[in-house]
Amino acid sequence: MGTENWKLRAEQHFRQNERMPTTRSQTFRDALSVSLTVGAYGVAFGAASVAAGFSVLQTCLFSLLTFTGASQFAAVGVVSSGGAGASAIAAASLLATRNALYGIQLAPLLRVKGLRRLAAAHLTIDESTGVALSQVARGPDAMRAGFWLTGIGVFVFWNIFTLLGAVGAKALGDPASWGLDAAVPAAFLGLVWPRLTTMRLRVVAGASMVFALVITPWLPAGLPIIASVVVAIGFGWST
Amino acid sequence: MMWTVLIATSALSLAIKWFGHAVPERWLANARLQRINALVPISLLSALVVAQGLVVKTHVVLDHRIVGLLAAVAALFAKAPFPVVVVVAAVSSAVVYHWH
Repeated sequence: MGTENWKLRAEQHFRQNERMPTTRSQTFRDALSVSLTVGAYGVAFGAASVAAGFSVLQTCLFSLLTFTGASQFAAVGVVSSGGAGASAIAAASLLATRNALYGIQLAPLLRVKGLRRLAAAHLTIDESTGVALSQVARGPDAMRAGFWLTGIGVFVFWNIFTLLGAVGAKALGDPASWGLDAAVPAAFLGLVWPRLTTMRLRVVAGASMVFALVITPWLPAGLPIIASVVVAIGFGWST
Repeated sequence: MMWTVLIATSALSLAIKWFGHAVPERWLANARLQRINALVPISLLSALVVAQGLVVKTHVVLDHRIVGLLAAVAALFAKAPFPVVVVVAAVSSAVVYHWH
């Protein structure tokens, strides 16, 4: 969850099928393939969360209630690096802000109120937004179907695979012995890698890494992660 | 603390998501805000890579994890899918951990 691989894949898939008749089944296939792919990330999250010291129950509640992958990874990441609870919550919330921008794009399309709006908000993540927007040439009905099918599909698979990862990691024991302590930063690298599509974005990523390392000895554990937002602000301030 | 992190993160995430669906579009239309918001995940995820891979408490430490990270970089350059990247990192790090 959180990668942009699916976006490319959905676009490629869509281009290949452009000349085909517009059918609900193609939207369904897009949604399903994205939902299944996300499962692997669920396993990684489940394992990372247990390695950070969360119980299997807490890990599963994370995926059920927070349901936005990068934020979940960030929260358990800050905790496992010895950061304060407030730092974990702040890092997760900062990563969740992009979901608000997705909601702004989706609201005029979905036009839902009350409990349905709350459900739509909960399912507003990278994948559901991406599939919805990739259906644009198939019309608003396909876009809405893409959103709901992907949102629900990812929700189901993300939670099943979180449980599998958490139970698996619990059975393994010492995280370092099985390389889990390296798997977690590798997972973050795997999440950020597909986003680095331009040289400028690679510079932002590199600068953020250097900045976080340089300030590490002077700040409490976990804070350098949040402080790295300064780099995003610095680069984003001017065009 | 674990429960606090879990409950606060969940509540704030849902509030942020709901906010996007509920506010008028122009509220978040500011171009600078959108540019910064697009870069925030990149900065945070990049910082998390080094904080998790090269740091113990408040010290920069190079240990078995760096081998896992370098293996992950190699796997990503080879266009390996996400699960392969994670497993390659775990296996190579664990091998060095036991070998030491």
